Amino acid sequence: MSYQRVKFYQTGTFTIGNRLLDESNRTVQAGMDRTNSLNSGHRACQGCGEALGARYALDAVMRATHQQMVAVNATGCLEVFSSPYPESAWQIPWLHSLFGNAPAVASGVAAALRAKGRKDVRVIAQGGDGATVDIGFGCLSGMFERNDDVLYVCYDNEAYMNTGVQRSGSTPPRAWTNTTQAVGAHPGNPMGIGKNLPRIAMAHGIPYVATASVADLHDLEAKVTKAMKFRGARYIHIHVPCPLGWKSDPAHTIKVARLAVECGLFPLIEAEGGEVTDRTPIREKVPVEPYLELQGRFKHLFHPRDARALETIQAIADANIHRYQLLPVKA
Amino acid sequence: MKHHIEGSQAVAHAVALCRPEVMACYPISPQTHIVETLSRKVKAGEIGNSQFLNVESEFGALSVLIGASAMGARTYTATTSQGLLFMAEAVYNAGGLGLPIVMTIANRALGAPINIWNDHSDSMSMRDAGWIQLFAQDNQEAVDLHIQAFRLAEELSCPVMVCMDGYILTHAYEVVDLPTQEQVDAYVPAFEPVQVLDPQDPVSIGAMVGPEAFAEVRYLAHDKHLRAVEAIPRLSRAFEDIFQRRSGGLLKAYHTNEAETVLLALGSVNGTIKDAVDDLRKEGWPVGSLALCAFRPFPSHALRQAVQDAKRIIVFEKDLAVGKGGIVSSDVKMALRGLPTIVDTVIAGLGGRPIPKASVIDTVKQACLEGLEEPHFLDLNWDAINRELTRQQAQRRSGPTAENILREIGAPGASPI
Ligand SMILES: Cc1ncc(C[n+]2csc(CCOP(=O)(O)OP(=O)(O)O)c2C)c(N)n1
Ligand code: SF4
Ligand SMILES: [Mg+2]
Repeated sequence: MSYQRVKFYQTGTFTIGNRLLDESNRTVQAGMDRTNSLNSGHRACQGCGEALGARYALDAVMRATHQQMVAVNATGCLEVFSSPYPESAWQIPWLHSLFGNAPAVASGVAAALRAKGRKDVRVIAQGGDGATVDIGFGCLSGMFERNDDVLYVCYDNEAYMNTGVQRSGSTPPRAWTNTTQAVGAHPGNPMGIGKNLPRIAMAHGIPYVATASVADLHDLEAKVTKAMKFRGARYIHIHVPCPLGWKSDPAHTIKVARLAVECGLFPLIEAEGGEVTDRTPIREKVPVEPYLELQGRFKHLFHPRDARALETIQAIADANIHRYQLLPVKA
Repeated sequence: MKHHIEGSQAVAHAVALCRPEVMACYPISPQTHIVETLSRKVKAGEIGNSQFLNVESEFGALSVLIGASAMGARTYTATTSQGLLFMAEAVYNAGGLGLPIVMTIANRALGAPINIWNDHSDSMSMRDAGWIQLFAQDNQEAVDLHIQAFRLAEELSCPVMVCMDGYILTHAYEVVDLPTQEQVDAYVPAFEPVQVLDPQDPVSIGAMVGPEAFAEVRYLAHDKHLRAVEAIPRLSRAFEDIFQRRSGGLLKAYHTNEAETVLLALGSVNGTIKDAVDDLRKEGWPVGSLALCAFRPFPSHALRQAVQDAKRIIVFEKDLAVGKGGIVSSDVKMALRGLPTIVDTVIAGLGGRPIPKASVIDTVKQACLEGLEEPHFLDLNWDAINRELTRQQAQRRSGPTAENILREIGAPGASPI
């Protein structure tokens, strides 16, 4: 990425780096002029990764577009916790239509802007993993295929949270949800299936695809900012822990997100025109277990210990590390 | 100027004259000729900077228009039958949001069994979605209603479906008077949205509404339709001023004065019905007919006034509320509540079954002389039905109904059972 990465090994955090940076390199959130697109007072749970991710992503788009932005939202937690009148938390022009059509609605906004000859206003669409990888998948693929000028942001909390934690196509293997209970011979979500939407997006050959995490908000902002430099269909997939659905401590949201990145289960990559162009190397590889152990949705893997399941999940992480060469090559 | 032209081409021409800014379409017979023509016009640059999006589904098509309309663009699409069902969730959404989208429905039956021919089941399935529904009697009216639809939709900020019978109108070549650009520009003003996504004045559209306000928001959607009852005839008169012909309005009466029996229908079958009325009147039967142009809003008051002296209304409808009977006739009965008028339901023309004038005449005579069972099914092959019912009782695995009936009726290629 083009911004300067600050590493504070002594604390293991990137968050305090801002003050020491040149102003141009500081995060959008650190700026006095941040727009608070998603304002305070909404109804997200404590420690909600989605609220955090959305706030950073949208403020970054606002800065990149000089506040000329329109947002389209799918049904889901983000829509429900942010919109009820008279407390709409949105400080931006915002449209919610349905659960499965946000990409198409955004295509329509983009088409209207084209028809009116307005290049200054840009549109983003956003939704949860269910809206994105499942019910809105057809519309999303259509939007990609037409290369409409839309940035689509998926907030992946790996289940249908708004309806009370049911499995989605993005739910990881073995995770408990209310429709993949931790009972029976193979508790939790079945092994060996799932949908990798960043790779599917890349297969459409669209100008820009990236993954990001609330564990690295500076990187998230930089990717969103970069995405706005392109015209055409762009896709950013953000990993956002959900304390309620993951049965994790709200205070651990960032920690959980960071472990997902550092164990290799959630690789941070960028791609242009369908080819991977960059990835964030893992500083210090950790096994998957500390990541899984922080989340009650994986509790059944440890009581009693399910060695085979843990090995399989570790193998998924290792395969990611290998595929994207996430470990620094030793000299 | 008068042209000998296919209904779909004529409608596409009229839509283009209304200068839609965004169109998103998905092919389905018998709507295809309309969208093919519009896509060519856009590609050839004949509709200014208009955008035509080829999308992945009907659900996507209407969703694109929801976004475009909320962004302040004039929007249009066309569909029918399965396509309308596939977009159902977005149909209700556009209605609820009050976005002035115009959509042609090339009326076609709903499966199963799959059937590409005309009836009104498709638009009836969306009758309560908050869209205004206008039915064209012929291709001239189809053209004219589209022009009126854009003005009506945008004035009220309410979506409008213009329903025209699939094949019977969409594929029929008739003489149609196509308006000029100047006439249409004089009639359809620039689109001034009541709600718009504007970075200078940000609003949240489509926010969640709880029990404390939902009923009021829904009432206001209903109120829009009450206002449409006034707006539809007014815009029809304004249309006449510019285009020098009467088109649209809530309903059209034919010899209803002093008619004891009034035949009522939607769409193109009114041509046959008027011929039947002529023949019956020649024989001395005191009959007339009424064509409903607006089905939503339902013109209860105008209907009641038009038929208050009639003894009997016979509703010919191309749809079936399974388990109940008539859809249109139920609305007619409600409009006439308190009057002693008999309302008969005749289910006719399903899946493209012709509605011959002779059958209409026979049914009217039967109704007047003996009365009709409720509902009455026009020209049903009871022998085939009864044999199939007997078979179903005799054997558990009686097989697919549609296939059995095709064999019974001896459709080409079907072997007898
Ligand atoms: C067509 C339709 N089906 C189902 C629902 C119910 N529903 C609303 S939100 C939601 C889950 C959203 O999951 P996701 O997209 O992952 O977002 P999250 O709430 O997890 O952020 C579901 C199933 C709906 N609103 N519409
Ligand atoms: S359920 Fe999860 S995603 Fe939804 S608001 Fe709570 S923490 Fe956020
Ligand atoms: Mg989710």
